[in-house]
Order: sequence, then structure tokens, then C-alpha cells
Amino acid sequence: MAQNVAVDIPDGSYVNLGIGMPEMVADFVPEGRELIYQTENGLLGMGAVPMAGQEDPELINAGKKPVTTIPGACFFHHADSFTMIRGGHIDVCVLGAMQISKNGDLANWSTGAANAIPAVGGAMDLVAGVKRILVITKHNTKDGKPKILNQCSYPLTGKGVVESIYTNLAIIDVKKEGLFVRKLGPNVDFEYLQQHTEAKLFQYTKL
Amino acid sequence: MINKTVKSLAEAVQDIHDGATIMISGFGEAGSPIELIHALIDQGAKDLTVVSNNTGSGNVGLAALIEQRRVKKMICSFPRTANSTVFPELYNAGEIELELVPQGTLAERIRAGGAGIPAFYTPASVNTPLAKGKECRVFDGIEYVLERGIKADFSLVKCELADRYGNLTYHATARNFGPIMCTAATTSIVQAKKVVEAGVIDPEIVVTPGIFVNHIIEVSNPAHESDLVAQKLTYPW
Repeated sequence: MAQNVAVDIPDGSYVNLGIGMPEMVADFVPEGRELIYQTENGLLGMGAVPMAGQEDPELINAGKKPVTTIPGACFFHHADSFTMIRGGHIDVCVLGAMQISKNGDLANWSTGAANAIPAVGGAMDLVAGVKRILVITKHNTKDGKPKILNQCSYPLTGKGVVESIYTNLAIIDVKKEGLFVRKLGPNVDFEYLQQHTEAKLFQYTKL
Repeated sequence: MINKTVKSLAEAVQDIHDGATIMISGFGEAGSPIELIHALIDQGAKDLTVVSNNTGSGNVGLAALIEQRRVKKMICSFPRTANSTVFPELYNAGEIELELVPQGTLAERIRAGGAGIPAFYTPASVNTPLAKGKECRVFDGIEYVLERGIKADFSLVKCELADRYGNLTYHATARNFGPIMCTAATTSIVQAKKVVEAGVIDPEIVVTPGIFVNHIIEVSNPAHESDLVAQKLTYPW
């Protein structure tokens, strides 16, 4: 999944990776491409995970894990960080998802349950401002329910914001006309994919 | 002669009053002014509204201030983190208010507050529950929500270097909310890892201009929240 996302990010892009599965995308950048990672807590030019014993508790990523800087990195405060994000200066953002709708609505911050502590972080700013929003997620929930729906039941992060969805079963593009399957995973056929997806899927060849 | 340095942590926080709105720097533990927060716990002010990205972890720093029932309301973007139990418990018990704000909106509200801008439109949170009840307006075909600037009575900020004028530099991603919080508070209180002579910080690399800072206290060996949490310490010790 992470590899599929990585190959779709062009050389020279400024990229923000969400917490969790999106972080894995950095491990699969094709050779010869240079991507600059922005982490919204205030670093452009985020490098690899530090060696054991080299961690600095004040040099962390948005997931609050220790990171390093690449040569040419820079630090900035939060208002500048979200000027980059909201102002449209970041090319690609890769986010996780709880639910995605056929219109590209994304829900990834709250289940809306009464006893849940709501926490949103920078997700709403990212989907509002970054040019391309790519979602990486397991195709179904842990108990096998579809995550790609006609309509999200959870509170939205943003409406009509997702460009493409990368799952363990397929790569799906969100178009005005609907959800189009760009690539099926190994040993996955279209019918199987549709059975595991609530929203109607289309094949590019049938356009 | 201008000299914003003070002699003790207690002196730095002595003017904080009950009911004050306080901005506290930090993203997780990075940039969290633990020693100033502990001094505030000792000082006793209560019914506080705290503006900070998170709600602290373990039983030290901001989490300890909350645990001491000194905070009536949190304005933040991400009130739960690893080892964050104090806030969720009080929130579920209905003992603390929460105003949840998208992180970039939080930053811009603070920036605007410091810059004399009472409100602004942002695209973040449109069509979500966080925009409910707020004025929306369309500019150039895109929908925006009106958000208010935030000002505070005090800010508590951690920095790296300071001079007696209040010029500041920061360390790595500990910078986060510090510079904007200094601008948005009537009284900005800063703990610096080192206080240096005026002129030592190259004017080209000053991050927070001294005009935004009121009190500076040197804390040369600040604790790391994660170390204190790993030791299972609770403040007051």
C-alpha cells in the first residue's frame, strides 16, 4: 500500500505524512526522487528515525516520535507551518481514514461516540489546504465492515477532499462521476472488491 | 535600564490571577515549560482557561495542573496523547470544559490575537461539526468559516536562548507555539535554557523579538516530560 502511494508522488514534492500507516510511505520512495517532508509541528526536511540513544525529545514529528533533520532542513513556528498547509504550498498529504464516501468526503478524527474524547489535530487544515489528499487505509474495518461508503456516518474531516484511496485490495480514484478502480491488488478481482465496498465502483475501461 | 530577567520561577508567575487565560507552549513535551507550570501549581491560581495544543501526559506539567483542578477550560486541538489520562478522566466526569479547535485554526487564532486581528475566515472545518453555529461565507466560490482571534492574560513559554531584552531563540521543534503565544499574551513569561548578554544573539537569528516578552527566568537544566512520566512522578513531588 505504502509503496503504491510512494510511486504516485512526483520528484521534488513537498509532502506531509499523517500519523500511523502514512508514515510508512517514506520507506518506499523510488530511487532518484527527492521528496521534502513537512511535519506540521514545525519542521521542513524531516529525516529518518534517529539511531538508538541519539533521540532528542524536542526534535519530533507530528506523531510525537523522535526524528532527524536532513541537510537543508528548517524549523518554524505553528502559524508559519499552517501557512504552508492552508496556503496551498504543500503538494501532497497522505492521511489515514476511518471512512471515505463516494464523493471523496473523509472522516478520520472521531467516531462521534458519546464517551470518545474528540481530538482533531491538523487534519482539517490539511484537507482544506493541501493540493492533493491521498488516503492510505485497510479496505475494511477490523470487523470486516466497509470503509468506502455512500455516505460517511462519522463526523467529517472534510467534504470532497480525497483524490485517491490506496487499500490492501485496490487503488481507487475519486472522480466526479464516481469511484474508479485504477488497480486491483494481487488475487483480487473486481467483483470481490465490490462485495467489500459499499459505494458503487466503476472500471476505467467501461468509461 | 531594561532587564526582563527575574530571580526565581515564583517571581516569574506571581502575578497570575484566578480566572486568567493562559497560553502554554508545547507540542507534546517539545517546548512545554514544565518548570513554569510547576511554579504556577505552587502559586495557586485557579479557574484558569488554558490554551495549549495538548493536555499533558502522566501526572506532571500541564497534566498535573489539570489534575490539581486548577483548569476550568482547555482550548486545544488534540486533548489525548500517549500517557494522557488526567484530562480524559476529568472530561468524561464533566469536570472540565473543552473547546476543540483544528490545529492550524488554533495557531492562526493565536497569531491573529497577537496581531490585533479580531477574526478571520478559514477553510478548515467547513462542513464539519467544528463549524457548527459559526458564520460561514463564500469567497471566490469557496466556503470559509469565521474564527475569532484569541488573546491571553499570560503566556508560559519555553525557549533556548534569551537576553535581557527578551529576544529569544528556540530549539528544534520545541519552537512550535512559543513565538505566536508570546505575541498574544498581555504578559509573556519565558523560561530560557540560557540567558545571555545583549548582543550575543545575532539579530539575524532572533525568532521572538524582545518586545513580545515580559519576564525571563533561566532554567538551565529543564526536565523532559517523558523522563518524569517514565519515573511515574507526580507533581507536587
